[in-house]
Amino acid sequence: MSHPEQIARLQQVVEDLLREARQQGADAAEAGVSTQTGLSVTVRLGETETIEHTSDNGLGITVYFGQRKGSANTTDLRPEAIRESVAAACRIAKYTSEDPAAGLADPALMARDVPDLDLFHPWDLSADEAAQIALRCEEAARGFDPRIANSEGATLYTQRSGFIYGNSHGFVGGYPTTRHSLSCAVIAEQGDEMQRDYWYDSSRMPGELASAEAIGRTAAQRTVARLNGRKLGTRECPVLFRADVAPSLLRSLFGAIRGHAVYRKSTFLLDQIGVQIFPDWVSITENPLLPRAAASAPFDNEGVATAYRELVAGGVLQGYLLDSYAARKLGMQSTGSAGGVRNARIASSGQSFDELVREMDHGVVVTELMGQGTNLVTGDYSRGAAGFWVEGGEIKYPVEEITVAANLRDMFRQLVAVGSDDDIPGSIKTGSWLFERMTVAGD
Amino acid sequence: MSVSTAIARETLLDTPGLSEGHLTQVMDRLLSRQVDAADIYFQYGRLESWVLEDGIIKEGSHSIEQGAGLRAISGEKTGFAYTDSLELPRLLDAAGAARAIAQAGQNGARALPAPAAATQLYAPINPLDSLDELQKIDLMRRADAAARSADARVQQVIVTLVAAHDVILVMDNSGRIAGDVRPLVRMNVQVIVEQGGKREQGSAGGGARQALDFFIDDDRALGYAREAVRQALVNLDAAPAPAGLLPVVLGPGWPGVLLHEAVGHGLEGDFNRKGTSAFTGRIGEQVASTLCTVVDDGTLPGRRGSLTIDDEGTPSGNNVLIENGILKGYMQDTMNARLMGVAPTGNGRRESYAHLPMPRMTNTYMLPGQHKPDEIIASVKHGLYAVNFGGGQVDITSGKFVFSANEAYLIENGKVTRPVKGATLIGNGPEAMTRISMVGDDLALDSGVGTCGKEGQSVPVGVGQPTLKIDQLTVGGTAA
Repeated sequence: MSHPEQIARLQQVVEDLLREARQQGADAAEAGVSTQTGLSVTVRLGETETIEHTSDNGLGITVYFGQRKGSANTTDLRPEAIRESVAAACRIAKYTSEDPAAGLADPALMARDVPDLDLFHPWDLSADEAAQIALRCEEAARGFDPRIANSEGATLYTQRSGFIYGNSHGFVGGYPTTRHSLSCAVIAEQGDEMQRDYWYDSSRMPGELASAEAIGRTAAQRTVARLNGRKLGTRECPVLFRADVAPSLLRSLFGAIRGHAVYRKSTFLLDQIGVQIFPDWVSITENPLLPRAAASAPFDNEGVATAYRELVAGGVLQGYLLDSYAARKLGMQSTGSAGGVRNARIASSGQSFDELVREMDHGVVVTELMGQGTNLVTGDYSRGAAGFWVEGGEIKYPVEEITVAANLRDMFRQLVAVGSDDDIPGSIKTGSWLFERMTVAGD
Repeated sequence: MSVSTAIARETLLDTPGLSEGHLTQVMDRLLSRQVDAADIYFQYGRLESWVLEDGIIKEGSHSIEQGAGLRAISGEKTGFAYTDSLELPRLLDAAGAARAIAQAGQNGARALPAPAAATQLYAPINPLDSLDELQKIDLMRRADAAARSADARVQQVIVTLVAAHDVILVMDNSGRIAGDVRPLVRMNVQVIVEQGGKREQGSAGGGARQALDFFIDDDRALGYAREAVRQALVNLDAAPAPAGLLPVVLGPGWPGVLLHEAVGHGLEGDFNRKGTSAFTGRIGEQVASTLCTVVDDGTLPGRRGSLTIDDEGTPSGNNVLIENGILKGYMQDTMNARLMGVAPTGNGRRESYAHLPMPRMTNTYMLPGQHKPDEIIASVKHGLYAVNFGGGQVDITSGKFVFSANEAYLIENGKVTRPVKGATLIGNGPEAMTRISMVGDDLALDSGVGTCGKEGQSVPVGVGQPTLKIDQLTVGGTAA
């Protein structure tokens, strides 16, 4: 079990590790230790299907001999495995090259205090109680519509974790977290056709999870809505990415402004700081210090203090996502981004989802994206998709087996609107994104 | 007892001080309720990876993954718990947690031992030690130099070298104990090229269940470097891909990811037992054109997707999935096989001790046909010739699949003409397979780069196919 008290034990492990690294001759070192326990219960067709007790430990260490670096990690936290790992990291550092950019983050950037972000709310739940919640969820889905003919089940997962990071600047920090999630996937049948869809919610606090019934109903509603899907003729038309698939567009943006992509010149957004990459009404922020939020963290994976930050303001790119390595490569300063963007949000241009559908008049609402057709070096974007055809400002029928394609640079510049419908689970807050023109390929 | 099983016993039982009596005690605990089947899976894993970037050895990392997973099955119900400690009290705790799935009452059955005569498909070696550090670094430096000398437009080269050593031991409720020692190596070269402010990337690599010498033999590492540069340069000149329904010719080898997505996943036993696959209940039916024979073959020596035994101890097989277009069978693990009343096929796989096994592919490929690749291309008036792909994805239930080309050309009047940018191709599995109208005589397997993800678990796989033509498939480019 990961309790706040256990953090003290993990802190001891980290301090021992750093000492061991020094004894083996390292000039500097950093280490992280995490532990997680959880319970995952899946029900299917009204019966408990799997009960899984999860329990994971992880330890990672990086040592520096001058500007040479070596790393090791282990899931086995016994002293002999820890010694083997430190020795392996030190051995590796004998063979890596002098790298002027290698090293710990700037000591001046270390988090001075670790604010309590209210991330630990354990759920003491037996397997039976978890199954009862999952059963209510699946039952709500199966009872929603007679065409819901089969199910992949509903899963309740609850976990508690502890995490400590320390480095030889003397920084040591850590905190416990919890996460609870409930998901449901069902299958609708009509004639020969079968469609599957799902829904879920996740939260830090059990009481903040959407109701089992609401998740089940949404899963069923989304599934039934896909029946009788048609193909579309190939065309150019407006495309609306519904809020639940829109986070992937922000993830593409973040991938393109990652410091590592920038110093490797492997991004279509090279040298774009201070440049208008979105229309002037677009504002994108991250707030790592949001209490109880999905991606909150008081410091990044290198101990650097995190803070609220504007990534895009007035449509202009404000900065990259830099860890200390990328920062040194680029002659810049870490932005506390080791480990990624935390609690990103794009401000809405004000319209509701229905208003956006009316505004687009005709085109495709994308509700599912498939495949990996995003090239961040060139911005070329081509994804498999399913969704709905809109005509006269109204949703007419489901569409499937289509692709949507364009270049992300053009898409970002020509973004028409972002909806106010940002009530989606996950760490990225966004409403639906409307684009004036993309190539839709079908038959 | 095989050499692998002997090594696995020594590593996973003798070293932590577990006797057969201890194992029986843990198994008895798992079986102390109405359990139909149970197993204990031990794993010892070591992995080492190196990264060369900007001409220097930038990073190296060593990983330890070790533990045991315990599973109890009662009907369609599964209880599962795992521990990263191989000490008896922790194993007994995990057994107690896993068996809670089953009703209390009579004790679980001890099954009769199943035959487990497996042919060793790779040497039981530790590939981390197969080259010394200086040799590993020299190998990477030579690949870097080969990429940089291949063309002046090469701006960035990243070389990765990974060696993994997995030792597994599985005991089931028949008392059968089977072990396997699984070497796996992987090398990759990624380049960025630049010309007149325009940048493109290329990536090539390979892997096998072999020693790291694999990359020195036949100058494979240098071949990856040149191939990555070639791909990137082709893409510098690429025009927008067409959009719409087109005849598509797929090259041999890695484009077999088509089969993995379009039919492979849909033929995994779990989806078919649950009735959620587009192929459910269709055994004996025509699901592809008569030119198509597709197998899943875990028995190819040394291949990335091959397994001497699967993660349940069943020897892997060469399983015919589709024969002359007729659906022959599904891929099974023991649980789904038992529930469907068929034999396990050696496809029960798991990412690690901390994951439940499920039916997974090994090396999935199509057998060769009659046509020369040239004839196939010559038969297309206007279409796409796609020779290299990134990943793919499938919706098992609707049968819709996608895969993204990263090297493709237009075919105009029977000739391959200009390169076009990568585009996603989308289709319906059973429909696309029925539209395969020509199959080449040039079967090739991929170079050993595939990783398949399912329900959050990654496992190494292989794919392959001869050149083949699909009469129409939706191509997701931007040019009308």
